[in-house]
Amino acid sequence: MGIVLVSAAVAVGLILFGIFGYLRTYPPTVSAVASSTQPNTVNLTMQVDGAVGTGPHPNWVGWYIKNGAGKWVRTTLVQIPERSYVHVTVLEYDSGGPLRNEYWGKVSGTVGGSVNLNGKNVSVLNGSSGNGIAHTIVAPGLNLAIPVWGVNGNASNFCQAGPCSPAQAHNVETFTFYSGTSTHSYRWQCFIPCGVGYLNGNGGPMSATGYMAGFFKVVA
Amino acid sequence: MAASQQALAERKQDDRRRGWQIFAVWFVLVVITDYLVWFVWGPHMPPGTMTNTAAAQQFDFKVLTAMVVPVLFMVWIYGGYVLINFRAKPGDRGDGVVITGNRKVQGIWYVASTVMVLFLAWFGTFELISNNGIGTGGGPSPIWKPNVKSPLVIQVIAQQWRFTYRWPQFGGMETTSLDLPANTTVKFDVTSLDVIHDFWAYQLGVKADANPGVNNVAYTTTTSQLGRFTVRCDELCGIWHGAMYNYGHVVSRSAFYSWAHQMQVQNAGVTKLLPPFSLTYTPSYSGAGGGYYPSYDPNGSTQTY
Ligand SMILES: [Cu+2]
Ligand SMILES: [Cu+2]
Repeated sequence: MGIVLVSAAVAVGLILFGIFGYLRTYPPTVSAVASSTQPNTVNLTMQVDGAVGTGPHPNWVGWYIKNGAGKWVRTTLVQIPERSYVHVTVLEYDSGGPLRNEYWGKVSGTVGGSVNLNGKNVSVLNGSSGNGIAHTIVAPGLNLAIPVWGVNGNASNFCQAGPCSPAQAHNVETFTFYSGTSTHSYRWQCFIPCGVGYLNGNGGPMSATGYMAGFFKVVA
Repeated sequence: MAASQQALAERKQDDRRRGWQIFAVWFVLVVITDYLVWFVWGPHMPPGTMTNTAAAQQFDFKVLTAMVVPVLFMVWIYGGYVLINFRAKPGDRGDGVVITGNRKVQGIWYVASTVMVLFLAWFGTFELISNNGIGTGGGPSPIWKPNVKSPLVIQVIAQQWRFTYRWPQFGGMETTSLDLPANTTVKFDVTSLDVIHDFWAYQLGVKADANPGVNNVAYTTTTSQLGRFTVRCDELCGIWHGAMYNYGHVVSRSAFYSWAHQMQVQNAGVTKLLPPFSLTYTPSYSGAGGGYYPSYDPNGSTQTY
């Protein structure tokens, strides 16, 4: 009888530990910042690193998002207002390569159908050329698909661990998308199997919110 | 204590009367219910009648349900009759009547069950063959195919966690949306770039596993019924499995051709980056990154339609 009670208590304890552990590590949500110059526009600044450098998985690839106070927060959860243009600036610090499905090199769902990569407008990126594509931001519900161009992994100032700084090798990619007319949490993911070492490259960071899986939370 | 001859004869007569009573109730209810199943419920049964395979599946569900009704009702009505009629009266503490077997009733039950099961085995096989696999994946070279010279070929590429569609007869373009022309035979070449997924186009009555390195072929023919259908991944494939769905549309032929042409123009830039159309894009087991398409992968083989 005693042993049953003890093991039941241990089981309950383990379950609670798991639940609270999960809640504790669930990434925070960062709100996009209203533009001071443009109406119905919010600004969002993100960086993607080959290794996030902090938290429980410092070696995983992942994203940081700048909050209203200008601080980098390790998360993939973004809150944006409905009926707004979201002006996104991506600072890309990771190396790239060919895509498993080159279709994801196509830009879609942005205003103008293109992205601005280091000052040049492009609508398709060829992952099999140059530095290749490092990551993608694809939100099927928003019809949004953004390939993000990689940097040279052998650069002397390549960022080894995040959060990275603009003095290190990076690309700047900007684009604007419309948040739509209804409130909804749109999931987004990377279509590059960048979870190195996991089955088909799709485990680990690819399967974890806060790294390569996230939500655009469109609110009223 | 043996019962008298007369009591036995009376009981036999009583049994027969009760038997006919049960049969009559059963027969009337079965006729009414099967009529409702076939004509009222049947036309609303899944997966509808958007394609010939969907319609065939609906027909099969109607037949199965109509055949289940008599069996189910025999059990329920007999059970109900017994509960109502053979209850002990209050205060009756005597033994129940002696129950003996009835060879005739048992024989009818055995023969009817055997006939039904054998019929369904034949019926299922017949339906599978006569409908060219009835919308299921038949592997790389299906035994049964529709007698159509050049079906519309659509390659379904499953990947974690979205379906994309490749169109070898439209310059090898790839899309995330799926439009189909009405009254057309479609050949789905289903494959995967990573783990096992399952292409389930519900209202089309098409369901085929998407395996990496395998071309799983499924056929269907759209009818003149236009409208929206749902595509779902039906094989647990990871974190976003539940979000791995999209909607497609069956549209008129002219609308389809203008859509396809528009897609070709819109995708021209990325289409030329795609590798040659191939039936499979074998995983390279490299873990991360690219390496699936035949331009990098020696296992891939190109295919022209
Ligand atoms: Cu990624
Ligand atoms: Cu799937």
